[in-house]
Amino acid sequence: MTSKNDLDRRSFLKASIIAGGAAVFGFSLPVGLRAAERLGVTLEPVADFQPNAFIKIAKDGRVTVVVGQAEMGQGVFTSLPQIVADELEVDWANVSYESAPANKAFINPAMGMQGTGGSSSVKGLFAPLRKSAATVREMLVAAAAQGWNVAPETCKAESGKVIHAASGRSAAYGDLLDAAAKVAPPANPKLKDPKDFKYIGKAVKRLDSPEKVNGKAIYGIDVKVPGMLTATILRSPVIGGKVKTVDDAAAKAVKGVTSVISLEYGVAVVAENFSAARKGRSALKVTWDEGAMASVSSESIYTAFASAADKDKGLVAKKTGDVADGKAKAAKTVEAIYWTPFVAHATMEPMTFTADVRKDGAEVWGGVQAQMLVQQTVAATAGVPVDKVKVNTTLLGGGFGRRFEMDYVIDATLLSKAVGKPVKVIWTREDDMQNDVYRPATYNKMSAGIDASGKPIFWHHRVVNDAIMARAGKAFGFILKDDQLDDSSFEGAHNLPYAFPNFQCDWVRKDTGVPVGFWRSVGSSHTAFSTECFLDEVAFAAGKDPVAFRLAMLDKHPRHAAVVKLAAEKAGWGKPAEAGIFRGIAVHESFGSYVAQVAEVSVAKDGKVRVHRVVCAVDCGQVVNPDTVAAQMEGGIVYGLTAALYGEITIKDGRVQQRNFTDQKVLRMNEMPKVEVYIVPSTENHGGVGEPGTPPIAPAVVNAIFAATGKRVRSLPIKTAELAAKA
Amino acid sequence: MAKISVNRKQYEVDADPGTLMLWVLRDEIGLTGTKFGCGIAQCGSCTIHVDGEAKRSCVTPLSSVLGKEITTIEGLSNDLTHPLQKAWIDGDVAQCGYCQSGQIMAAATLLKNNKKPTDADIDQAMAGIICRCGTYNRIKDAIKQAAINGGK
Ligand code: FES
Ligand code: FES
Repeated sequence: MTSKNDLDRRSFLKASIIAGGAAVFGFSLPVGLRAAERLGVTLEPVADFQPNAFIKIAKDGRVTVVVGQAEMGQGVFTSLPQIVADELEVDWANVSYESAPANKAFINPAMGMQGTGGSSSVKGLFAPLRKSAATVREMLVAAAAQGWNVAPETCKAESGKVIHAASGRSAAYGDLLDAAAKVAPPANPKLKDPKDFKYIGKAVKRLDSPEKVNGKAIYGIDVKVPGMLTATILRSPVIGGKVKTVDDAAAKAVKGVTSVISLEYGVAVVAENFSAARKGRSALKVTWDEGAMASVSSESIYTAFASAADKDKGLVAKKTGDVADGKAKAAKTVEAIYWTPFVAHATMEPMTFTADVRKDGAEVWGGVQAQMLVQQTVAATAGVPVDKVKVNTTLLGGGFGRRFEMDYVIDATLLSKAVGKPVKVIWTREDDMQNDVYRPATYNKMSAGIDASGKPIFWHHRVVNDAIMARAGKAFGFILKDDQLDDSSFEGAHNLPYAFPNFQCDWVRKDTGVPVGFWRSVGSSHTAFSTECFLDEVAFAAGKDPVAFRLAMLDKHPRHAAVVKLAAEKAGWGKPAEAGIFRGIAVHESFGSYVAQVAEVSVAKDGKVRVHRVVCAVDCGQVVNPDTVAAQMEGGIVYGLTAALYGEITIKDGRVQQRNFTDQKVLRMNEMPKVEVYIVPSTENHGGVGEPGTPPIAPAVVNAIFAATGKRVRSLPIKTAELAAKA
Repeated sequence: MAKISVNRKQYEVDADPGTLMLWVLRDEIGLTGTKFGCGIAQCGSCTIHVDGEAKRSCVTPLSSVLGKEITTIEGLSNDLTHPLQKAWIDGDVAQCGYCQSGQIMAAATLLKNNKKPTDADIDQAMAGIICRCGTYNRIKDAIKQAAINGGK
């Protein structure tokens, strides 16, 4: 990949620092030679024209978009350049990308840091990128107009050229660079009228496909640095355990092993290559101080959650009306417990990171979702100044929230510091599965009622789980207080769109000691399951069709209603499905996007569930690339369906039981449903697309299972044995 | 020193005969297109061809490939002209891309042995290769496209 970027040698940084270090995305301007003269800085001559952090134009007219967001499959190396190409008026064939270093210039305004998550890249960067590109376009037009001695308004930009139609003159961007660099950047460049968009809104091809089909793409695991060693770390089998004794004689005797380093949380074998490191690791003899978690199991956690749901008050996340009053007036009340277990991320590429820590600084390489946090973490761990840490973001072999974590970054940093050489740390699949930060296990105590006329009258949802931010927040310098809500644990439950006159959502925080983290769509990944399945139960109690029941309660939420209608219509809801196939529906909003899915499911006699087709309707506001939206819906559905069918991390004696894809199955091609994606045309603000496809699939499937079998699945993953027809 | 042939080039590698080919390719020869996903023949990210047949390099020892021709994703074509590569680019298949070397290598063997695979044939041949990004339907479409375009 084309990621090496010597931005710090380029002019704009120096200039922007002198200009006051403004942390404005993209426009840490002024740059350009004249601007620099004004600032009194001497700039090194640069081959390419880089008027701002995002855009580089070469003399041959090629445009490189410098992307500060991490590419983990979601398509930012395409969608963000697409925005620039359109506003800059260059041909797509002349556009490429490169990965940016960690730098304030690349702060994602939607996150307040340089980070990739929360399905926020397009949301955060659409406006800044357009403005950056429009600024450059106007500088180029002004340069050409000056040269021709005509008014800039009489010129237009098109296909990488400035054209003066009246005189039939034109100049390629590549030939205007020197002149453009002397133009003062306009403060308020004119943006294109959306009706003139050439690329925005179109399914242009991904720019990163070629390197992903010829083996050239570089992920964290592929990084090679001169003099580099490779390490693997034996970690405590018990969560949070510490190294007690180490016998490393046999490990050190393995050919190729260069050292064995004891860390607090594990023992690292450093070697000339991975094979030797792994061999050395299996020769280690380590005893562990197992710590407090040794007595914890999935069962003890379930019991503690159940008791907390009954006895602990918790915090009120949202309340309207009075649920006790609603309950008193209800003609029919439905109650249920919904449970979702801990689930691993299992990115295709296990965690891996490379660090080169020197006395005066550090350079690091890897696939990460939060470059500036990495920079700070490496600086703190290595004991070097933050501005002396250079972060090179490679491609990510999947992120899904896992690569927000700093554990693998710290591994490599500690080891490089210890051995004084660059070290690449590779986690095995087993390390990755057993040392993840899991989707929090969640216990849901739910009750709802309908009045005598069948109208919904109350909804009470008590969510019991860990607080993700209690641990993860620390990396951001955020301390979650005991009386503070962490909506990453219950989002989607407290903002239920349905009109219940009496509504309450409580959150009962229960710290389990099991590390929990951001898992694709975070809280919504489990609250969609509990709320949309339980809502189906309420609809059934009211004797109503699931689609009609939902629509009747979505008056104030037209975007929810629209996707429900679209998905139902496209799926043929209300018309008979093929023999043996049953439908279920679910809708959920997350990250500003509204997604409804209808799942068509059959259940075999032995209880085996087969999902045949998923019809997905999405309203994600304005769309940059509809094919990226479709791909993210497809991927989100597979991710959520895998969790619904198989995802479960269990704990015994403080140990994670699952190790690899043998005991933590994932969806494979032979189980893949057909997926149809329909996008609601919209001019609303951009919603995210990386995550919102995930939440609705589990409830849609489970609701279809009810239609097929009359059995309610209230606990994930779906247990086929419980669905088997009684002989 | 073991002599092996990878992508029609001869290499001498200084590794134990038991060293697994995944790591011989990645660490000794420097071909990193072949990926590590599980290490136990479960995910297929490490799929290579040994004498034209798909093999999981994470469980294939160096000693077993001596005298055989090994092909990795880097050797499929040197200019993105393999029908599968074209179909993959055309169908925007890859998301993170990490699994795709293995997917393409497995698909290449399928098409070599079966010029017109049905959906069921594709399912069977490809079920061993995990994609956590969920690109399965696009992979299937791309294989069919490549088959039409004379994939081999
Ligand atoms: S790494 Fe070889 S099959 Fe997974
Ligand atoms: S494209 Fe990411 S794992 Fe397949």
